Amino acid sequence: MTAPVPVVDAHLVVHHPGFTVETRFQVASGHVLALLGPNGAGKSTVLRALAGLLPAQGHLRVDGVDLLSVPAERRPVGFVFQDFLLFPHLTVVENVAFGPRCQGMPARQARRLALDLLTDMGVAEYARARPRTLSGGQQQRVALARALATRPRLLLLDEPMAALDADTRMSVRAMLRCRLTAFSGATVLVTHDPLDAMVLADRVLVLEDGVSVQEGTPGDVARRPRTDYVARLVGVNLYRGRAAGTRVQLAGPHGSAVALTVASPHDGEVFAAFPPHAVALYRERPHGSPRNTWLLTVDGVERFGPHVRVRLSGAVEVNADITAAALADLSLRPGDRVWAAVKATEVECYPV
Amino acid sequence: MPASSSPKPAGAPLTGRVPRLLLVPALLGFGFLVLPLFGLLARTPWSTLGAQLFSTGVRDALLLSLATASAATVVSLVLGVPLAWLLARTEFPGRSLVRALVTVPLVLPPVVGGVALLMVWGRNGLLGRYAAEWTGYGLPFTPAGVVAAQVFVAMPFLVMSVEGALRGMDRRYEEAAATLGANRWTVFRRVTLPMVAPGILAGAVLCWSRALGEFGATIMFAGNYPGRTQTMPLAVYLEMQRSPEAAVVLSLVLLAVSVLILVVLRDHWLGAR
Repeated sequence: MTAPVPVVDAHLVVHHPGFTVETRFQVASGHVLALLGPNGAGKSTVLRALAGLLPAQGHLRVDGVDLLSVPAERRPVGFVFQDFLLFPHLTVVENVAFGPRCQGMPARQARRLALDLLTDMGVAEYARARPRTLSGGQQQRVALARALATRPRLLLLDEPMAALDADTRMSVRAMLRCRLTAFSGATVLVTHDPLDAMVLADRVLVLEDGVSVQEGTPGDVARRPRTDYVARLVGVNLYRGRAAGTRVQLAGPHGSAVALTVASPHDGEVFAAFPPHAVALYRERPHGSPRNTWLLTVDGVERFGPHVRVRLSGAVEVNADITAAALADLSLRPGDRVWAAVKATEVECYPV
Repeated sequence: MPASSSPKPAGAPLTGRVPRLLLVPALLGFGFLVLPLFGLLARTPWSTLGAQLFSTGVRDALLLSLATASAATVVSLVLGVPLAWLLARTEFPGRSLVRALVTVPLVLPPVVGGVALLMVWGRNGLLGRYAAEWTGYGLPFTPAGVVAAQVFVAMPFLVMSVEGALRGMDRRYEEAAATLGANRWTVFRRVTLPMVAPGILAGAVLCWSRALGEFGATIMFAGNYPGRTQTMPLAVYLEMQRSPEAAVVLSLVLLAVSVLILVVLRDHWLGAR
């Protein structure tokens, strides 16, 4: 088995006053890397450094050539901006032909290439229109066509869904998925929406405060989060503790030690994670199969999609998703005491 | 009318009489600005207007004014737009000093500007002496001198207007162009220039009207030769000594041009919103 050849091999250090962003990653041909993180984590900074719009230290090799000292206009990079930034004074087809023209392609040929790309994206009928007359989803397609027109080896997408309304997002996400799969170069996209990362990316890099805190496949990141931010984002309960065999000693919120039984044996510092729907709630102490059970206090109850999310605190803090019927049976109210149980096999345990 | 029915709350919540202490000076100020214009219209010799307008003196002055003001605007565009770009888009030591120096002609009495121009371009001026030596020509007291005087006083208007437009522009469009492979010159030509075109137009109109009305620097630097350097404002001044009627006619022409400029600019401003 051979790993795909990396198109992009980056180690970027960007200094801002009072803030430094440092990341290291590789993206293989045809693959998509999602930079996921909260606002202000430095995701867009990384993207701008990749494009050459910000000076950075380290290295950025694309197809083996270091580009860090190459100015933006000579990098084989395409950039789709968050609010698209289509030139308002040019028509749609002129926008797409802009890049090829800058590369020296004759006007007629550039126009034909642009029209072909617009046809591919399904927006050829707007070729002569001004960008501002188009809907958000259509502008997104034009922006993608414009970025691809220069035949980049590295495609950058900054928050590709942020400027779109909820109805458009789903169709654009599907369109992007399809386009990015067909794209032979490497793609780096920035998002704060885990759904975008899960649907569009082959790998996810989580940035917090300018530092990468986790990298992995979307499934890996969703199942085995390594920070509270990621855990909240993907909606799992995350704990850190010390494992000895299948017993994990968690540091509780008030310094109290809580034991957690897991299925697979580990030793040393570990993370333990389980999804809210793995938690069962009982009025009476449950008996039987090997479970982790805690008597906890209900902090709050709120609707969460088709389920009800119950926030519990006590020896450990747990989010539990139960059905509305279960809630009615239990008749839970904030302040109530309730037994929470999690099967050992539902707990993901992995080293820190 | 209930205040809540108005879509814009401006002016709605505060009702009642306008304080007299504000109203009286406001009306006086308005009258002071508008009355002279009516005076001009009232004293216009409408019966002989046509004949006066097409007399050679008026025609020469008008044509010279239009030609020099236009030439001054072109020169200001060619030199001023790059200067504005430099001030708005680049960092260099002493940039704020450069900007301050560019604005000096805005506040300098134009007559002083004329004297200063003579000190540089006059027969014994810093540069003028070499110009005269090598080419046999000099700027002072020529139509080109008129243009030079107008550029000196009018170009700062254009530079300020264009620099403001450049600073107001969303620079990320220039970044987008750079990621598409455009070098700095291409970015300027194909993105920056078209996107600040309204600002350039406004600056050019301001510049042109300022050049058209130029008096002090022109009379100092270019003199007052009919048909050569006598522009409309100079002709108005001269005619006022001989026949006030002719001065009124010339003034009316300048007023008409000013109103026309206002209309052009208003359309531009409304279009920009």
